[in-house]
Amino acid sequence: MLKIDNLTKRFGGLAAVNNVSIEFEANKINAIIGPNGAGKSTFFNLVAGAMPPTEGRIEYQGMDITGMACDRIARLGIARTFQTTNLFEESTVLDNLIVGHRLRTQSRLWDVIINSKRLRDEEKKCRARAQEVLDFVGLSHIGHRITADISQEEKKRVAFALALATDPELVLLDEPAGGINPEETENLAGLIRKMVEHGVTVCLIEHKMDMIMSLADKIMVLDHGEKIAEGTPDEIRNNPVVIEAYLGSDDDAAA
Amino acid sequence: MNALQKISDFFMTPAMKILLILAAVLFPFVASNEYQIYVMALAFVWAIAVYGMNIITGLCGQLNLAHGGFFAIGAYTLSILAVDHGWGFWWAFLAAGGAGALLGFLAGVVSLRLKEHYFAIFTLCVGFIIYLLIDKWEALTHGALGIIDIPAPNGFGLVDFTQTTPFYYLALTFMVLSIWLAARIANSLLGRSFRAIRISDDLAESLGINLMRNKVLAFVLSTTYASVAGALYAGLVRFIGPAEAEVVHTFDMITYLLVGGIGTLMGPLIGTMAITWLTQSLQFLEEYRMIVFGPMLVVLVIFFPRGVVGSFLTWRGRRLAAAQDAQAESAAKKKPKANNTVNSSAREAGNHA
Ligand SMILES: Nc1ncnc2c1ncn2[C@@H]1O[C@H](COP(=O)(O)OP(=O)(O)OP(=O)(O)O)[C@@H](O)[C@H]1O
Ligand SMILES: [Mg+2]
Repeated sequence: MLKIDNLTKRFGGLAAVNNVSIEFEANKINAIIGPNGAGKSTFFNLVAGAMPPTEGRIEYQGMDITGMACDRIARLGIARTFQTTNLFEESTVLDNLIVGHRLRTQSRLWDVIINSKRLRDEEKKCRARAQEVLDFVGLSHIGHRITADISQEEKKRVAFALALATDPELVLLDEPAGGINPEETENLAGLIRKMVEHGVTVCLIEHKMDMIMSLADKIMVLDHGEKIAEGTPDEIRNNPVVIEAYLGSDDDAAA
Repeated sequence: MNALQKISDFFMTPAMKILLILAAVLFPFVASNEYQIYVMALAFVWAIAVYGMNIITGLCGQLNLAHGGFFAIGAYTLSILAVDHGWGFWWAFLAAGGAGALLGFLAGVVSLRLKEHYFAIFTLCVGFIIYLLIDKWEALTHGALGIIDIPAPNGFGLVDFTQTTPFYYLALTFMVLSIWLAARIANSLLGRSFRAIRISDDLAESLGINLMRNKVLAFVLSTTYASVAGALYAGLVRFIGPAEAEVVHTFDMITYLLVGGIGTLMGPLIGTMAITWLTQSLQFLEEYRMIVFGPMLVVLVIFFPRGVVGSFLTWRGRRLAAAQDAQAESAAKKKPKANNTVNSSAREAGNHA
């Protein structure tokens, strides 16, 4: 599904992502772990097209998407959530989600001026899709709330829903369980599994090891921009290089 | 349902819109003198420009400080064509709108490459360049002398727009049209794309929204609004000078937006009206006006950062949500069994959701 070859991103002298090659399979949960500043978010930014790589190649479903614009990549079916959730706080939850399906519509300014049938149909379609993804993430009972008033975990779910509204095949989740409690983390893991059951491939960055170990099919470990290991949770758990990196960086290991 | 809620519900009905339009139509009959009608017509003209600013700054989140410059471009295009080249008012008016759109497109394509405050600073410079061109390019703009004897809109022998009251109705018509279009845009998928950009460029892009195309479109819409307003202004005041392009007008419009409610539909109108009439009523204070006015503005921005309309909408949204929650709860109480299944299925959805 996603094939990365020798991917490198340099910021000045710093190689945030350094010569990383990996392959992610469809319909699996792939995790990326690593200490703070390891280059995980940068890796996502490259895959999603938010920034061009310095070197290397990204292949998605057999298509070379290296350096392609972010919005085009989104239309090809790669969606993402961000490390910090940002939503339209003053609007209702449902209102936030309607724009998620915009990329599957065609209406332009002219349709807006004459209020064309195409626009009305597409608006209906977007609204229906918003309701659908809201149901999917289990929040249909709070669709009418002002977004500022819902809990952190609910906001994470809304962010998932927004990504799902784009009809993605691959979803990149950047620390979805950041800042929420263990029970909520458990629920969120359930939601991630449900996404995969519905045919979405997931790639996630997470610091919470319990969650990763029970959830992931495949794990890639980044450290200082380099891939130091990849494998199943068991392989990673017992990999001396990984243990070294985590002990060396004195955080995250406990999490 | 208490009285407050009833009133707030009424604000959102079509009847309220009709009432507002009716009040505006009747205003010339109740105004105590012609000057008041003139001030109101002028406020309508400014409100059109503020609606334009609301598209790029309110909906799309890009602080455009060249807005006053595009107002002046509209005023000057109309005046130069009508006075120096003998164009009929309405042809010159169309050209003014076109000039605003075209120059807005060129300025937008360049300046929207920059983000956030860099964009704001760049547009401040664009606005200043427009001012300098108007002030110094005497062959085209008459320089500091300004342009006089600008014709009033052609009434085709039916109405005389040199008179204040007919012009008032003309300005009202244009303003209502502007609000209508702004509402169409704001409530459509296009407006939603703009608002996604306002949340964050990164988020919008990740949702497949082409940043440049949408930002340029919002920018062109806003400069078109500004230049149409500028052209109407020239037709009302009938004398313009380089002062029209001074940046202070842009900051005035930002004030209107902030007071009324940035990004809201009725905010630009309410802000423009409120400040216009407040300024009028504080006129006796002359230059000390700002001593009263400044603190009022500060208090407003601190306590109502989303302006009058924005604060109202949030308040109302919360009430509606609370009412809906209460309703769901009482419905659940009536049917305890149904409640259980609903709750457990909701919980289930939450769990393996
Ligand atoms: N746009 C940028 N410009 C310059 N340096 C950057 C940029 N983005 C990231 N970096 C640097 O690249 C390195 C990797 O950052 P990145 O955000 O990818 O880490 P991360 O693994 O996601 O960390 P965390 O776990 O804290 O989120 C860091 O040293 C960071 O300072
Ligand atoms: Mg990160």
